[in-house]
Amino acid sequence: MEYILIFIAAVFVNNVVLAQFLGICPFLGVSKKVETAAGMGAAVTFVLTIATIVTFLVQKYILDAFGLGFMQTISFILIIAALVQMVEIILKKVSPALYQALGVFLPLITTNCCILGVAILVIQKEYNLLESVVYAISTAIGFALALVIFAGIREQLALTHVPEGMKGTPIALITAGLLAMAFMGFSGIV
Amino acid sequence: MSNLKILMNGIINENPTFVLLLGMCPTLGTTSSALNGMSMGLATMFVLLCSNIVISALKNLIPDMVRIPAYIVVIATFVTVVQMCMEAFVPVLYASLGLFIPLIVVNCIVLGRAEAFAAKNGIIPSAFDGIGMGLGFTLALTLLGAARELLGTGKLFGLTLMPEQYGSLIFVLAPGAFIALGYLVAIVNKLRKA
Amino acid sequence: MAKLQSTLLNMFLSLTIICIVAGAILAGVNMYTTGPIATSKAAALEKAIKDVTPEFDNKPTEDVYMAVTGDGDSLKIYPATKDGKLVGAAVESNTKKGFSGEIKVIVGFDADGKLLNYSVLQHAETPGLGAKMQDWFSTDKNKQSVLGRKLADGELKVTKDGGDVDAITAATITSRAFLNAVNRAYSAFSGTDGLTGATSKSSTANTREEGGKNNE
Repeated sequence: MEYILIFIAAVFVNNVVLAQFLGICPFLGVSKKVETAAGMGAAVTFVLTIATIVTFLVQKYILDAFGLGFMQTISFILIIAALVQMVEIILKKVSPALYQALGVFLPLITTNCCILGVAILVIQKEYNLLESVVYAISTAIGFALALVIFAGIREQLALTHVPEGMKGTPIALITAGLLAMAFMGFSGIV
Repeated sequence: MSNLKILMNGIINENPTFVLLLGMCPTLGTTSSALNGMSMGLATMFVLLCSNIVISALKNLIPDMVRIPAYIVVIATFVTVVQMCMEAFVPVLYASLGLFIPLIVVNCIVLGRAEAFAAKNGIIPSAFDGIGMGLGFTLALTLLGAARELLGTGKLFGLTLMPEQYGSLIFVLAPGAFIALGYLVAIVNKLRKA
Repeated sequence: MAKLQSTLLNMFLSLTIICIVAGAILAGVNMYTTGPIATSKAAALEKAIKDVTPEFDNKPTEDVYMAVTGDGDSLKIYPATKDGKLVGAAVESNTKKGFSGEIKVIVGFDADGKLLNYSVLQHAETPGLGAKMQDWFSTDKNKQSVLGRKLADGELKVTKDGGDVDAITAATITSRAFLNAVNRAYSAFSGTDGLTGATSKSSTANTREEGGKNNE
């Protein structure tokens, strides 16, 4: 039951993009087509889950054990950067098909702040390992959901007549605002 | 390019927020009030200035293939320094900015300027670039924070300018962040074309 | 000076040196800031305790003890005494029933179990709505204020749930959560022995609390 609550809260109520403002760059950057949005969502889900597990273990067994809490930011970001590289290399060797689908998005993920954000958040929220994994996966699903919906809207938006000054980013931001408003409707369900 | 020009470039022509659209997460996440936005901007500016100087000084000592991890370590060090100092000396501010302080590490502006400017230029121009970009970012965040605070609560830097009931709460909440930024970018676009 | 080539040795050395220097800088800053961080946290807690309890002459942070609440959790209680007599206590309470995330409050009672004051330590409620709880429940307007209430007469509830506290407009969930934290604080406070050891006045208060509890 608790895990279901974490799931619903992370996907809908506290949506990582629309309520917590993490991962806005890819949200605005790769949301012009539904297809690429789905690819990015899948890549983030993949990396976020692995990164959260690794950083969680590092925090518990290395940083906390040796009193190195002040190295948190620096070690997490290096782990994430290294992990993304490794995932890229392994995918290339093991599953060329998956690499084809996700490859182009992987380098962009290091600077996606939702990865580092979630890694730090699960430590702050004092989740245990299983809760952290559930939280990471749910957050990533929330990210993918927001991204795909947004991309769908932007595909339609590209065909409509938009006032000159509002073309491009401004109208995209306002659309995102309306989407965030829709997601606010979920608040209070948990 | 003179140093002054580099400085102005970051504030106006290549304003990181309104023109380059970099570092959107803290831009939206910390601007629920003008003061929060300004503090976040200044914290980022400090990191940007220090990392630009250090990276520009070390650029010849860092082999090309490992430059990104090296830059990340330098940036993360300064971010942690800012984080610890804020927690020690301005705990209230630290509490309200929260997660977004460590997230300066993944702010594309910082790594972007390290890679695009500091790695190719001397220490002095890099410092000016850091200050210019940092000021541009601070200015944008303060402006957005001020707009949201005023429209949402009728206050500016905590001073009441109009009765609170005339404010529209939505601007303090998440959707208002997107919408306010959207209109600000549109206005800046219009001004730049004019 | 020429740029270093990307040989394995060069890469290894430069990264290692950068990491060691970074680690050393951070360790230094950490050592320098640990003291101020601890002091500012302690000062914030002491101020919160002072704000919510009657005047005292002991050091509540040193006399802190844990007490069990009605629902089996345990909370920190900072007893306030004057001339050796218990005059009240601050209870650090929390609830997970908030709108978004945990709400931490510190609630002060006098020796009779009357709610004196409270302070919201941490929350992530909606700005402009739930975030108003620091002011709302201490403003003397309609049935908003919880100050001076005696929880011995029964748990605090919002009017919607049949209680007599006005919820924050458009933030009933936050209001319920806040009252939940307050009720938990009282349950920990009244369930401890802190009261019986004090004056006769507080022991009568204690019996009244028992009565209040039976009513629930």
